[in-house]
Amino acid sequence: MTFEYAPAPESRAIVDIKAKYGHFIDGKFVPGKKHFATINPATEEVLSQISLGGVSDVDKAVAAAQKAYTKTWSKLSGKERGKYLYRIARILQERAREFAVLETLDNGKPIRETRDIDIPLVAAHFFYHAGWADKLDYAGLGKSPQPHGVAGQIVPWNFPLLMLAWKVAPALATGNTVVLKPAETTSLTALLFAEVCQQAELPDGVVNIVTGDGSTGAAIVNHPGIHKIAFTGSTDVGKKIARAIAGTNKKATLELGGKGANIVFDDAPLDETVEGIVNGIFFNQGHVCCAGSRLILQEGIADELIEKLKVRMAKIRVGDPLDKNTDLGAINSQEQLSKINELASAGEAEGAERWSPACNLSAKGFWFAPTIFTGVTQAHRIAREEIFGPVLSILTFRTPQEAIEKANNTPFGLSAGVWSEKGSRILWATQQLRAGVVWANTFNKFDPASPFGGYKESGWGREGGKHGLAAYLKEGK
Amino acid sequence: MASSKKSSASKSTPRLEVKKTYKLYINGAFPRSESGRVYEVTNSKDGFVANPSLASRKDLRDAVVAARTAQGGWAKATAYNRGQILYRIAEMLEGRADQFASEIVLASGVTQKKAHDEVLAAIDSWVWYAGWSDKLSAAFGATNPVSGPYYNFTIPEPQGVIAVAPAESFLSLIDAIAPAIVSGNSVVALVPGSAAIAAMTFAEVLATSDLPAGVLNILTGSHDELAPWAASHMDIDGFDISGIDKKKRTELKVAGAENLKRIHSFDGAVSPTRIYAFMETKTVWHPIGV
Repeated sequence: MTFEYAPAPESRAIVDIKAKYGHFIDGKFVPGKKHFATINPATEEVLSQISLGGVSDVDKAVAAAQKAYTKTWSKLSGKERGKYLYRIARILQERAREFAVLETLDNGKPIRETRDIDIPLVAAHFFYHAGWADKLDYAGLGKSPQPHGVAGQIVPWNFPLLMLAWKVAPALATGNTVVLKPAETTSLTALLFAEVCQQAELPDGVVNIVTGDGSTGAAIVNHPGIHKIAFTGSTDVGKKIARAIAGTNKKATLELGGKGANIVFDDAPLDETVEGIVNGIFFNQGHVCCAGSRLILQEGIADELIEKLKVRMAKIRVGDPLDKNTDLGAINSQEQLSKINELASAGEAEGAERWSPACNLSAKGFWFAPTIFTGVTQAHRIAREEIFGPVLSILTFRTPQEAIEKANNTPFGLSAGVWSEKGSRILWATQQLRAGVVWANTFNKFDPASPFGGYKESGWGREGGKHGLAAYLKEGK
Repeated sequence: MASSKKSSASKSTPRLEVKKTYKLYINGAFPRSESGRVYEVTNSKDGFVANPSLASRKDLRDAVVAARTAQGGWAKATAYNRGQILYRIAEMLEGRADQFASEIVLASGVTQKKAHDEVLAAIDSWVWYAGWSDKLSAAFGATNPVSGPYYNFTIPEPQGVIAVAPAESFLSLIDAIAPAIVSGNSVVALVPGSAAIAAMTFAEVLATSDLPAGVLNILTGSHDELAPWAASHMDIDGFDISGIDKKKRTELKVAGAENLKRIHSFDGAVSPTRIYAFMETKTVWHPIGV
């Protein structure tokens, strides 16, 4: 049976996109010199022109952040700092729908996700960290832990505003000031966040936003006035940053790639597990560093589960991200689509079997149907490399030890999943898995109180919870 | 006649000391360096002291294999058990305190009193770190109040194989090893220069302790030679470079970026953050429901 849905588009009247944006430096929007277009990846419509920040823009932003740090922000009590964060959290809640629509337009992710997940979590992050600002003595870092100074923060395009929140909220709560660069393809919500800072009367220069590309990010990383780097993005760039700061006193947290294993034992509740698998890999078009992109099934249930998964995948609605019925939106960019296509082709070429449900994909914009590969071996590129798209590689196992060995057979170590009805088996498996976040009988859950980050080549440090504060503080006495 | 002459002669000439051959400590055994190389340790009073083994890149690789193999079992031992094994090592160190002190005097020329104080400080530091084994998750773990029907907890876990390059002293060696192994990591220690003398006696303590073979491996020789290989080794997870000259740290960090090695240095203060620096943080979610 096929359900037919009438289109239910969210109105975009709530957003007001300017034709051109500058950088946000020292509390004001400053026009940039060069610009590049930002587009809606679902339609390829040009939304606006974004400034391409250069070394001089980064210089100005760092100078403003340095001044704000010494003149205002470091002089405020934690209690007062916290109140600014509460204000920001509240304004984000008030303007949540506007942010959700803007994020969906600029990123291509479904409005259902921006509205129900991204933006509520953004507000929650500021609210959570607001409360920490005057309680840092209880963060387990000794008495009166001190901020580093100016934090340089570089965020990715998959959760543009949420990653901004993960970085800006703890930085401000701990007394640092910020120079942030949004991803090249998704600057708009960061620039709208600048307006929120203005409305909250955050002192000038505490948050500065310089838009641009990788060269802008490099200028931030290499700037001598930056004391701490926080980066979310690819493992390759993370390694470059690690090398770039090797001879400096800069601290760094790196949230990098992943190849999350999602292990299903033969006693798992299959219908729930199928929902978890779908959420694990098709949430946010699979543009998720912690996606459950390797499904590792116990042999006895593999055929039955794959059949159920196919039935479920046929019901995934791919299309207009602004439509409230949409499950899977647009791929964020042509570049990313090419990368997904390349790896999917490699999967076929190396002998895995590809399957997708019938999908009516729009000719305009960037789209990729939800896809699974069966018959995948550990040697296949699609089992080793991060695809960062709606593509699931399926492997099988016989014994629990084999499942763990396959799961851990990767240089990454960000996330993993375990599905079983048996408590002791779940706890055993979560103990064996070399990953920073393990979801048992669930997947892709996030919370500001829950530390997030990876083992091995998935990065350095944690974000969120008490553990995330350590990245922004020097230990007290 | 001849034999009685000999025995009377032995009464008047001093007994010749039986000296120790210094080797490496890898996987619970004492091999020579595969390279066959040694280096000379001397002091200004006695001149020649010993020929410790000059460890090579191959020795380092062998030590890493031993460390990787041993790590899982060591991490799986209960925290109570790890604490007891480490505490017993302190008991054995105490019994050999005079020997360590004499060796420190021999190798570095400090006074007997200063050497003895260093040994006692090292033993106390070891005991302090040993006691952390079953308190780490209380100090560095958490249960997190997430917004939803989930039980969510965070626990620290050992990183895996840690290399340590302490400064050229017995206390620095102990202060680097103890925090790295107490959490369940295995260790490859790169001991420089004259610190080899006391370090290899320490290895004898380890060999007769209950510490499983391979958990702690000791290579003696040159930081300049071994540290870059350790920094670029893809199966080493963390590297304590406290004993490396500041000017030489940059190249190690650049090399270590290849597998995003956790590279840290410490100012010598005894602190639980020195343990946590070589631990990972795992967060587990599970739904709550009937």
